Amino acid sequence: MTEKRFESAPGDEIESEAPLRVFRYRGFTRANHWLTAACMIVLLLSGAAFFHPSLFWLTGLFGGGQMTRWLHPLVGVLLFFSFMGLFLQMWRLNLPRREDVEWSLKIGDVLKGNEENLPELGKYNAGQKGVFWGMSGLIMVLIVSGVMIWEQYFPNLVSIPVRRAAVVVHALAALGSLFIFIAHVYAAIWTRGTISAMTRGTVTGGWAFRHHRKWFKELARRKRDEPSEGSAEVNGAVGQDLAAQGHAVKPR
Amino acid sequence: MTSLAPEPLTAASNPPTQPLESNLLPTDVRRISATAHVPPPTRQLTEVAKLIDVSKCIGCKACQSACIQWNDTHPEVEENVGIYENPHDLTPDMFTLMRFAEWENPETNELEWLIRKDGCMHCEDPGCLKSCPAPGAIVQYTNGVVDFISENCIGCGYCVKGCPFDVPRIHKTAHVSKKCTLCSDRIAVGQGPACAKACPTQCITFGPKEEMKALAAERVEDLKERGYDNAGLYDPQGVGGTHVMYVLHHADKPSIYSGLPVDPRISPLVEAWKGPAKKLGLMAAGAAFLGSALHGIFAKPNEVSEHEEEEAEELYEDIVHEAPEASGGEAHGPVASGEEAR
Repeated sequence: MTEKRFESAPGDEIESEAPLRVFRYRGFTRANHWLTAACMIVLLLSGAAFFHPSLFWLTGLFGGGQMTRWLHPLVGVLLFFSFMGLFLQMWRLNLPRREDVEWSLKIGDVLKGNEENLPELGKYNAGQKGVFWGMSGLIMVLIVSGVMIWEQYFPNLVSIPVRRAAVVVHALAALGSLFIFIAHVYAAIWTRGTISAMTRGTVTGGWAFRHHRKWFKELARRKRDEPSEGSAEVNGAVGQDLAAQGHAVKPR
Repeated sequence: MTSLAPEPLTAASNPPTQPLESNLLPTDVRRISATAHVPPPTRQLTEVAKLIDVSKCIGCKACQSACIQWNDTHPEVEENVGIYENPHDLTPDMFTLMRFAEWENPETNELEWLIRKDGCMHCEDPGCLKSCPAPGAIVQYTNGVVDFISENCIGCGYCVKGCPFDVPRIHKTAHVSKKCTLCSDRIAVGQGPACAKACPTQCITFGPKEEMKALAAERVEDLKERGYDNAGLYDPQGVGGTHVMYVLHHADKPSIYSGLPVDPRISPLVEAWKGPAKKLGLMAAGAAFLGSALHGIFAKPNEVSEHEEEEAEELYEDIVHEAPEASGGEAHGPVASGEEAR
């Protein structure tokens, strides 16, 4: 019987064997991710325009101050629902695991890229989990404080003193989300081979092996245990492959 | 050629019969919203003020009518809900509002009808201007007038949060903030505000701020003689003083006048939000960008080696060909421990 998923999400699988590629995000998740990313970029740019006068020129990107004022909260609502989609798909694998402690303690090795000193990880490392939960929390804060100061549709939802607090909280939370955004984008660029997970949906076997070995092993075991005819074909292919390399092929 | 209008000294003067050039120029601006470096004004206009002597008000609302007429606004006709306020609150089309309060004086046990003309106070330190994110949407002239420039306004409502007096209102269809301008367009041609001009009891007077303070002192003295021991001038220093001032018969209790703030000041939250925190936030964001860029340039990228790709394939093949019973779906099979030992 196929092993139950513990480290992987529905859709994650070994996609191909020669070359070895692992399927990490299905199309829906990728579309969901990029919608969220687009919203985030629009929100950060338009929000920055209101954050500091020296950045007010950014309103020009959206057709002027009035348009930006109109657009920002609408995109905020879109981001909230879009992120909720990601949240529902990803929260379970972002729950803390034992190995996250060791990983966090060895943050120096993480930053130096010495992954051989790090524990084997599931689909997400503690840093990714930090991005996930940090964004989840901040987006909640941002949507709640944002609605409170949404002049066009909720002018008198809360009292003026509460609105004053809400603008401060909104600005601070936005700043926090900017830091997480930078960390997230940077980590994806710095860790080579990551971006294809969100473009094509796949990563190389080596990438999965290096960064998320537990996840990779679970998918390999699931592949092995697949009862379908597909697995027979695949085994055949591997058999040929191995035979070509001079390995003895174990009959199954 | 037309000549420059004189500075306004009173609301009682007659309008000029000859066309006059505006005497309130762009160079007379001393503060501009969301603008750090305002060119220093070329001259200092006489500081003006409107003085509202609450003890003289008869609640006729001529000021409201004059305001509507001069500013060509069209306040909605509302329903009578049994109070004198009409409309019920300041609106984007009603820049000034008579607020009626019934107050039982505990010393005399008498009911006092306190009528206060509400509207923009034209603070010396305007909270609206401080909180505004749109460059040039709010300006303050050297005569003290705080004016909203609608062309630059984006309708975000930050001024509503910044104002200690709850004055600005966002227009529902024009999406710009509206409030009393102190009739800056009348002041520009030597005239006083429309409300002051219309007031039949001279409850509202207008002129240089110093003169208005002197007039207020006379009035306060008069009120004290008539038994109002706590009569006084409302020119709150928490916002640096205002260019609309009240003479109150109970200056020790401003809040009985329909919630006039006792000690108005720009909220510390607004100061925190608009103060150095903003610069710090901007610098922190810049540092994060720079830090990641530097790490990107100088730290070696986290790359998957050719060797790891091979190891991945070996591990994969080992797992695929190991008997399912042997590992039993356990997270740490023999291969895994082998990897760890490596």
